[in-house]
Amino acid sequence: MTFLGLPIGLAPMSAKAPATVLPTSPVLGPSVTPKVIESYLRAVPPVDEVGAAERAAALSTRSVKRESKLAALDLAVRMCDLTTLEGRDTPGKIVQLASKAARPDPTDPTIPPAAALCVYPNLVPHAVRALAGSGVGVASVATYFPSGQAPLEVKLAEAAWAASEGADEIDMVIDRGAFLAGDCLKVYEEIAAVGEACRPACLKVILETGELGGFDNVRRASMLAMAAGADFIKTSTGKVSPAATLPVTLVMLEAIRDFYAASGRAVGIKPAGGISTAKQAVRYLVMLSETLGAAWLTPSRFRFGASSLLNDLLMQIRWVREGRYQSPDYFTED
Amino acid sequence: MSGRIGVRKTYKLYVDGDFPRSESGRTYPALDHRGEVIARVAAATRKDLRGAVRAARRAQPSWAARTGYNRGQIIYRIAEMVEDRAAVFAAQVRMAGVAAAKARREVFRSIDRLVWYAGWADKYQQVIGNLNPVAGPFFNISVPEPTGVVGVIAPEAPALLGLVSRLAPVIVSGNTAVVLASERWPAPSVVLAEAMATADLPGGVVNILTGPRSGMAPYLASHLDVNGIDAYGADEDMLAGLEEAAAAGVKRVVGPPEGRIAWMDDRTAQSPYAIAAFTEIKTVWHPKGL
Repeated sequence: MTFLGLPIGLAPMSAKAPATVLPTSPVLGPSVTPKVIESYLRAVPPVDEVGAAERAAALSTRSVKRESKLAALDLAVRMCDLTTLEGRDTPGKIVQLASKAARPDPTDPTIPPAAALCVYPNLVPHAVRALAGSGVGVASVATYFPSGQAPLEVKLAEAAWAASEGADEIDMVIDRGAFLAGDCLKVYEEIAAVGEACRPACLKVILETGELGGFDNVRRASMLAMAAGADFIKTSTGKVSPAATLPVTLVMLEAIRDFYAASGRAVGIKPAGGISTAKQAVRYLVMLSETLGAAWLTPSRFRFGASSLLNDLLMQIRWVREGRYQSPDYFTED
Repeated sequence: MSGRIGVRKTYKLYVDGDFPRSESGRTYPALDHRGEVIARVAAATRKDLRGAVRAARRAQPSWAARTGYNRGQIIYRIAEMVEDRAAVFAAQVRMAGVAAAKARREVFRSIDRLVWYAGWADKYQQVIGNLNPVAGPFFNISVPEPTGVVGVIAPEAPALLGLVSRLAPVIVSGNTAVVLASERWPAPSVVLAEAMATADLPGGVVNILTGPRSGMAPYLASHLDVNGIDAYGADEDMLAGLEEAAAAGVKRVVGPPEGRIAWMDDRTAQSPYAIAAFTEIKTVWHPKGL
């Protein structure tokens, strides 16, 4: 078939289309050069933004009731990374939050503990002491959170210190400046080096999707972070708006799916910032289950980064059980 | 004969300063005293109630933080708006089978009652509060503070005067209200909501729900974020149920007095004690110095 003398049709086009063949584990092979990274990221397909938004909107109309709702709320409590990241955090507040994470509702022993307590590095020793023996993990932000604008040595020292003080999980931020300037190798190396420095702690990589400027970049950054060894990819610091949204999380979930198909390595995800109601949380779980399947419906592969979500979950659980609308007055604030 | 088809109004809810439909999308027919449909009115559900309580809770601190003088101005402004539309209100009241002259009197009494309570906004503290005599070098001061979010189950009739008489004392002290309007005669309540929306009343201070009250009242009474219930519109059976449901949150339920209520009688139907019913007394000890 020709048009104006030129051949048209699908066959020649698809032959030229970039093949989405991702390197197998170790993902990028033994020597990582700018060229290797470039060709790896070029193979990442672009995102259909409208499609992602519509898919997220369609999934959030799903109604989850009664037993299923209770199960979802219980799971969401177990997936909570109870977070406090403020300049005015004190050891006393950490102790309070630690007891909240271990026993979210002191009046109800059937409520499970949260997954982890997420704090600044300085407060890791206090959190570790307060949570000893509780089964709740300690997560620490690191690498010059939230901006990530510091020399690599400083970042490594911070992450290694937090890990050596007993943090089970390190939430690092990527250098968005380098990523946006096109220096993806730097981003890759930093993630790999931080992962090395804080081993055996779980490495969560914060992409700060609100600063990446578009879903294509979110998907590329996700693929880059996973290739560099991230155990989790996390949407946001919570300090930038927009933070976590359903569409951006969907893009990341699809990146995880692609990466899993290509490498066989299952990476977790943590939406953080802006998730404050149980209804929102259930929507995330629906999307997670629809995109990655039941294997991801576990705290070891999915977390909510939130501070006020936990209380709304508790209120919703009590509403479903007791049949009366609840008041925040009956739940502890910290 | 012109072939013109009348433009009927859609009667909606009043929540958070807006006029939404019920989340269920349902309506029910409002009848006049002859049994003819005059309008279809939104049938609110317990989810609308939940939203209304949330709006009322959000609006409460800033409403209470205003000066009494300012709250009085705003309630007076509602009276102005009702006066402005007195003929519309009278027509709505007549739908219940009230004679024209009597309907007009009910509207004017409602306006006067609003003005009367507006005047109390910066005075009730002086009457209800006190400087208590104590045997020590202390000032001992009792001041009334608003209870919080109050549910108002409005009397079925008179729909306008009954609602105004119970609602005004609730909001004048700084409470916010979630009203279950007269189910039988909902139209005047909706028109009152429209007057309020144009009277500088901040969104969420008054929320008016029309619809089946038996479906909402139990959830209003058991809602732990509602601090009190004015149940003048509840019959004996409903009142017992409300008190039982309210017990879990130790919520105050103010029921109607025995016998018929003379709504037109200013000596019995309006009182500063109606304001006091939804206030809490805070007592402060303060050293006098030596």
